[in-house]
Amino acid sequence: MQPAAGTPIAPELRDPAWIGRVFWFLAALVLLAPALVLTEFRPWTMLEPDALGSTARFVGDFLPPKIEPEFLLLVARECWRTVAIATAGMALALLIAIPLALVSTSVLSVSALPGRTHALPFALRQAVRGLLIVLRSVPELVWALVFVRVVGLGPTAGVLAIALTYGGMLGKVYGEILESEERQATHALLRNGAGRLQAFFYALLPQSATELTSYTVYRWECAIRSSAVLGFVGAGGLGQQMDNSMKMFQGSEVATMLIVFMLLVGLADAASAWLRRVIA
Amino acid sequence: MNRPSGVSCSACWFLAGLALLTAASFWTLDLQWAKFLSVDAARKMGRFLAELASPSIDLPFLRKLLWASLETIAMSALGTLLAVLGGLALALPASRTHAGDRALWRAPTRIVLNGLRSIPELVWAALLILAAGLGPLAGTLALALHTTGVLGRLFAEAIENSPSGPAFALRVQGVAPGRVFLYATLPQILPQLVSYTLYRWENNIRAAAVLGVVGGGGLGQMLAFHMGLFHMRETSSILIAMIALVTLVDLASYLARRILQR
Repeated sequence: MQPAAGTPIAPELRDPAWIGRVFWFLAALVLLAPALVLTEFRPWTMLEPDALGSTARFVGDFLPPKIEPEFLLLVARECWRTVAIATAGMALALLIAIPLALVSTSVLSVSALPGRTHALPFALRQAVRGLLIVLRSVPELVWALVFVRVVGLGPTAGVLAIALTYGGMLGKVYGEILESEERQATHALLRNGAGRLQAFFYALLPQSATELTSYTVYRWECAIRSSAVLGFVGAGGLGQQMDNSMKMFQGSEVATMLIVFMLLVGLADAASAWLRRVIA
Repeated sequence: MNRPSGVSCSACWFLAGLALLTAASFWTLDLQWAKFLSVDAARKMGRFLAELASPSIDLPFLRKLLWASLETIAMSALGTLLAVLGGLALALPASRTHAGDRALWRAPTRIVLNGLRSIPELVWAALLILAAGLGPLAGTLALALHTTGVLGRLFAEAIENSPSGPAFALRVQGVAPGRVFLYATLPQILPQLVSYTLYRWENNIRAAAVLGVVGGGGLGQMLAFHMGLFHMRETSSILIAMIALVTLVDLASYLARRILQR
């Protein structure tokens, strides 16, 4: 069916989109060229004997990973601290997220029942939403850098960083989940004189509990991953230990910790998938 | 809901376990609340915030800031592009294209993809700095490696889940596997690949902004540098630029979604 290479193709068999394809390919190259300059993309510098030698030494030290009992004990302790930072951070994040989400949803608004929200509650809701967006849009690593400056190296900075970023994230998503539920039950309660919290607990929460829990579990899994990373700026846990070993060029220690870290992430992944399946 | 007692009991176990985990977490971490809530910390935090309130706006610095922001975006774009190429290259062996496919490489490739994916960008960057030196190259490669793992897996799922009719039609005509992929599978999954890629690019811009904190170039590296030297006015400008970048990306992705869904 296919013409052999070199034989001219009959005009009716030519690809009609050929010119367009060539144009977009060239356009992409032109757009990409500045990116190559900006990122100083010179991978061949990694192949210079000097760089290659130190890389080879470091990577060569990976095998065998260090498995001395006391080192493993240390890694296990740091592992637990990573999980604990994530869990404690999530607990504080919930303390931030739940009240703010309740304030920010318009479903629970009494003044909105007749149809339009009054100016003041509307402004309050928008202000709370703005606060959640600010909390969320500062990356947790930056929060951690700030808190390391204030409270010193250690897990406190990690817990606070996770609490603030995840508080913003959870608050925003909780608000969205609550907004997306059916409003009849909640409004029926509110119209009949129930308080906002009563309406929330008896109408809105039962409708959305599954979704809220499963999102929280998913975020807990993400928090474990990010608490391991936060250690790199000095917020305790596995990351801090890994950073130390890298700075000392201890390849075998890094290898052990990478393996442990992958196992930890895999475990958290499996646990969270299982929990979400059970909940659903 | 037929057996409320059974349901509520598994829920209580879950809650009890959760409470135990939380309590153990707070108990075992030597959290320094006293230090955090002390007058000294409050004063430090107050001074920090006060200094942040006056961002540096001198022109040469702003030019450097703009350059670093562009560098961040370029890092994310190039990293994502490399990841698309790598992801596609690994997704092909990692997928079982038809029932008769023995897919010998499926399991080993998936292990590689999982390994690439489970190490975060920041850890990759810290590792690559030893090989590539400080700067945006390490950051770009770090983004590329992590994203290769993510996209490779997503692409493999897309390939396996694509409708098999067109590919089957070509295969029974004796067309070679490479051509079957190019002419039957790829056109069907292309929109999905593009949307995964854009989604990861969005994530990568956010990640690229902070990668520099360990020395991977872009805004993060500037932040770590100026914060380390207590240049608070510059730090403030960088933080504002970072938040602006993240917000812009969020906004752009929101608008793009709105337009595409219409």
